[in-house]
Amino acid sequence: MENTSTYHLQADELDALFAHLEEQYLVYAPVRIPSGGRYAQTDSVLYRPVHRYEDIEYRERSTYPMKEVLTPITQTLFYFTEDQYQESKPPAKDLLIFGRACDINAIRIQDQIYLLNGGVEDPFYKRVRDRAKFVLMECAQQFEGCFCCSVGANVTDMHAMAFSFGERDAQIEVSDEAFRDYFSQAKPSDYSIRFPEENELKVNYPVIDRMDMANRLKDHPMWREFDDRCIACGSCTVACSTCTCFESTDIVYTQNAHIGERRRTCSSCMVGGFDQMAGGQCFRNKTSEKYRYKILHKVYGHDARFHTGPMCVGCGRCSARCPELISYPATLNKLSRAIEEIQPEEVAHHA
Amino acid sequence: MLENPIKPHACEILDILPQTETEWTFRVANDRPVRHGQFMQLSLPRIGEAPISASGFGSGYVDFTIRKVGKVTDGLFSLQKGDSIFLRGCYGNGWPLERFRNKHVVIIAGGTGVSAVKSLVDMMYNDQSYAKDLHLIFGFKNTCSVLFSDDLLRWKNAASFHATYTLDAEEAEGWQKGLVTDFLGSIPFASFGGDYECIVVGPPIMMKFTGLGLLTSGVPEDHIWMSFERKMSCAIGKCGHCRIDETYVCLDGPVFNYTIGRSLVD
Ligand SMILES: Cc1cc2nc3c(=O)[nH]c(=O)nc-3n(C[C@H](O)[C@H](O)[C@H](O)COP(=O)(O)OP(=O)(O)OC[C@H]3O[C@@H](n4cnc5c(N)ncnc54)[C@H](O)[C@@H]3O)c2cc1C
Ligand code: SF4
Ligand code: SF4
Ligand code: FES
Repeated sequence: MENTSTYHLQADELDALFAHLEEQYLVYAPVRIPSGGRYAQTDSVLYRPVHRYEDIEYRERSTYPMKEVLTPITQTLFYFTEDQYQESKPPAKDLLIFGRACDINAIRIQDQIYLLNGGVEDPFYKRVRDRAKFVLMECAQQFEGCFCCSVGANVTDMHAMAFSFGERDAQIEVSDEAFRDYFSQAKPSDYSIRFPEENELKVNYPVIDRMDMANRLKDHPMWREFDDRCIACGSCTVACSTCTCFESTDIVYTQNAHIGERRRTCSSCMVGGFDQMAGGQCFRNKTSEKYRYKILHKVYGHDARFHTGPMCVGCGRCSARCPELISYPATLNKLSRAIEEIQPEEVAHHA
Repeated sequence: MLENPIKPHACEILDILPQTETEWTFRVANDRPVRHGQFMQLSLPRIGEAPISASGFGSGYVDFTIRKVGKVTDGLFSLQKGDSIFLRGCYGNGWPLERFRNKHVVIIAGGTGVSAVKSLVDMMYNDQSYAKDLHLIFGFKNTCSVLFSDDLLRWKNAASFHATYTLDAEEAEGWQKGLVTDFLGSIPFASFGGDYECIVVGPPIMMKFTGLGLLTSGVPEDHIWMSFERKMSCAIGKCGHCRIDETYVCLDGPVFNYTIGRSLVD
């Protein structure tokens, strides 16, 4: 990358760096939470504010995605009284967020929805996004189910710095001028940060470029198996780096109080009620329809609106979180085959 | 900071006009611009929000005709003149007015769907030279569910209006018995010389069969306009609830031309 410098820092220098960074930034990174996992004795790796280099868990993929820092699972938008809604307070500090190439690429998709869609900026997203910078975590090893290379999310330039992690030292590449001063005393290095070039898992990510193809696929028998297999729990979308949907809910502090909060809470097209209207009418009643909707949004709907390819960065968290062991890559490969089957039929039909 | 697009503002209820037992029109103080066919988000702190079409508007007010169906709407029905409700919006594209100018306009609406076209019909009533003429087919379940009775009478008597009012399964004077689709044949499409537009709004099943009925009557797809209703939360294209593939009903709709609407498969 042009105009970058790389430095090699030892443990004590890294602690000094973090102390220095914390003067201006709230630093977020994946942290190991012992036994917080889904099964007894499995740890979780969650995004938390960190104070020291050694707080960061870099050997494992975080259980939940980086988006949580910008769009928490639940956040207060407004405080209300009987006569007014008052915005909640913006963050007190700038944010510095550690993430992998896939995680950082997912922010582009979050930005498309929260900042670009309909030409309206979401004020609650914008006020944190404007103050956020990213630090790339080099992937020295890959994890089960990673397929970033199949969706072109293995490379990014949206970061201010990049870290190559060692047990007691780190190589740090600085590309954002604003961080140069932190390294004035640091030892230069000729290390260069690497991006993943190939994953063990390769996915034939489907391409649907027309609405009539998407509509034809909605009736395809391939979705039926999910009526039995998927329990519509929504774990896959909560864990997804690129899913953005939410619910708004008002809560009150006590039964009779006329004061409370309007909250925004992570939601999912996989769970019942997402599309439910007055009178209980739903548009997607069957689980297979919900699953089909989720997949076609990632493959077709988002791309048709923004023309930037898959709404997926291949982070593998959806499959890793699924209690029914449903493989999202297997669904994608099946969908690609279904498209290939339809295409020659259509060519023959038009001939 | 620019105005927060999802912050609700307290607005005074100026009047409440019951239409039926479960459908009331709330007249609310409002200075924001409204276009025919748009909707606003109505909030009651502690309870939540609901998207509601503007059924009328004028200097200093906007009307909402609301059916009592659940949490927020129940809450609204417990309010009185002088109380406040919280508004944000307007949202959505609204009816494409320019497409209707100097044409024959056909409006087929069912139930609460009538409130989504009421301000438009009134605009054409107040300016009867806007369209060549107006053909209305408005249907309700029974006499107890009729909305805007006074307005229906007024419209029926307008020189350039041709109004058919239907009840699904009840005989009553001034009303035809049957579904709105049964009366599509009474519209003299052949005499319009191709110079017309059709508007359809009502429950999804009614819109589906009315659309098909119009096609059978030889109406070209691009002459049909529909207003869609979907679950909504944010109304600004963020929450995802109203999305159908690449289309966001809150942003790109709720009004769609049939050429687009017919291919929206949830
Ligand atoms: C563009 C648009 C215009 C509308 N115009 C009118 C109108 O002019 N008059 C009118 O009476 N109604 C209108 N509605 C329907 C109205 O929004 C719902 O009846 C209302 O949201 C129900 O809210 P509730 O809290 O009373 O019901 P709830 O207790 O929340 O729920 C009752 C049912 O309504 C569903 N619901 C909840 N929130 C919404 C929502 N935001 N959108 C759709 N369904 C929802 C619930 O899933 C449930 O099935 C419109 C809807 C849309 C999308
Ligand atoms: S769909 Fe799965 S692999 Fe793709 S970004 Fe979401 S969680 Fe990651
Ligand atoms: S695919 Fe798996 S994680 Fe997603 S809703 Fe279905 S069961 Fe839950
Ligand atoms: S209502 Fe939230 S995206 Fe349309």
